[in-house]
Amino acid sequence: MDAEISLTVDGVRRTVMVDTRTTLLDALRERLGVTNPKKGCDHGQCGSCTVLLDGRRHLTCLSLAVANDGAEVTTAGGLRGSDGGLHPVQQAFLDQDGYQCGYCTPGQVCSAVGVLDEIEQGHVSHVSDDLEADPELTDDEIRERMSGNLCRCGAYVGILGAVRQAAAASSEGGAA
Amino acid sequence: MKELTYHRADDAASAVALVAGDPDARFLGGGTNLVDHLKLGVTSPTTLVDVSRLPLDEVTELPDGGLRIGTNVRNSDLAAHRAVRRGWPVVARALLAGASGQIRNQATTGGNLLQRTRCVYFQDVTTPCNKRDPGTGCSAIGGYGRYNAVLGASEACVTTHPSDLAVALAAVDATVVVLGQDGERRVPMSDFHRLPGDRPEQDTTLAHGELVTAVELPATGTARRSTYRKARDRASYAFALVSVAAGLELDDDGRVRDVRIAWGGVAHKPWRAEVAEAELRGRFVSEESVRAAAEAELAAAVTDEQTAYKVPMVRNLTALTLTGLAEGATR
Repeated sequence: MDAEISLTVDGVRRTVMVDTRTTLLDALRERLGVTNPKKGCDHGQCGSCTVLLDGRRHLTCLSLAVANDGAEVTTAGGLRGSDGGLHPVQQAFLDQDGYQCGYCTPGQVCSAVGVLDEIEQGHVSHVSDDLEADPELTDDEIRERMSGNLCRCGAYVGILGAVRQAAAASSEGGAA
Repeated sequence: MKELTYHRADDAASAVALVAGDPDARFLGGGTNLVDHLKLGVTSPTTLVDVSRLPLDEVTELPDGGLRIGTNVRNSDLAAHRAVRRGWPVVARALLAGASGQIRNQATTGGNLLQRTRCVYFQDVTTPCNKRDPGTGCSAIGGYGRYNAVLGASEACVTTHPSDLAVALAAVDATVVVLGQDGERRVPMSDFHRLPGDRPEQDTTLAHGELVTAVELPATGTARRSTYRKARDRASYAFALVSVAAGLELDDDGRVRDVRIAWGGVAHKPWRAEVAEAELRGRFVSEESVRAAAEAELAAAVTDEQTAYKVPMVRNLTALTLTGLAEGATR
């Protein structure tokens, strides 16, 4: 069965006919040519296909495209800073060497944007001591919250620094 | 993957009618488990009825102080909800111990309860598995068994239920609200999942076509002082080896007025440790008293060399959890 769906991808509305078995990831990569989200494991275990879906970090490999008709997708390539240049999270990954081969980076960047937004909203995590307080983004909090994005090069030290830098920029009012 | 017909449900009743009338139809919620199973060939429905956009996504405070959670409330939103964090910390902690931030944004409350085992043989369609393909045998018996059950298993199936949330819900006496063709019924959490027996293909007591629409949490003293601890092979983003959901209410003299203990990673369903609970009522909480209570519950455990570690692990984790609660630890 085929179905026509429309997606707004990085600000551009796209309409495409998909087989109902097509994942959102395959629709983006194979049908729309949007190769920024990567196919790592294709089973929800690595995080490299992460995008912002209707504003929240989300895997694309475990979603059917047809179930996401009308959604707004922002990939790491579609992020911009308030001045139109690099987004503070993108800049932080550059400044802190938050990658080596770069394959997991688009997913890491989208996940980091999601993490900062969740902190802003007061979401607690597995490592938060007090469930009733608003959490602070300590290094342990960053590690826990980014645990759904694997990096086979092991650039975790740089990724941690990048999220820390972006969080600092965000709390100064400059980001996301 | 077979040809797939996709329906987006307009309302819960028509979704139920569609699935109940077609043995090869399934509900689609967040999809984190089902979409993976479509790719792996673990299940081959011909029709999906997408219920993820039904307006069952509210958390409502009930007049008696309880909470009603719509089935489409995402795991992340439920864990972040202020009333849950205050009144049912074990539920928030269990959710936060499961999956990843991305997956919690996608996974739903009802879907979490209906996720299926991560047994490697269940997910590998080239191997026999009674749960996936009834009558073919159990490859986990005598195979890779590190995650196998130690309580309530059968000759047909030795696997465990993977959900963290379900263990917490068992510890807070939650009720699952289910819609079927004959209307709504309410299922106590203890009756929702089942032991494998000779029908391991049946994870729950739901009939085909019954739809979970909500989960209700009663406000209790044991839920208010509760937490969840999970032992796993890495610090984050892994399924439980064993887990403990516990709630505690003490008398003025410090003795146990009431207690709830549920275990994950030990059985085909969340295991309410009612023997251990009964042992502890009226006693003081100490490492020794909790260990003894847990051992009474674990007298029924059946282990082999791969699962023997689970008995002391769940006993000790229960002691750590309850002594922490008694001392007023926040986690």
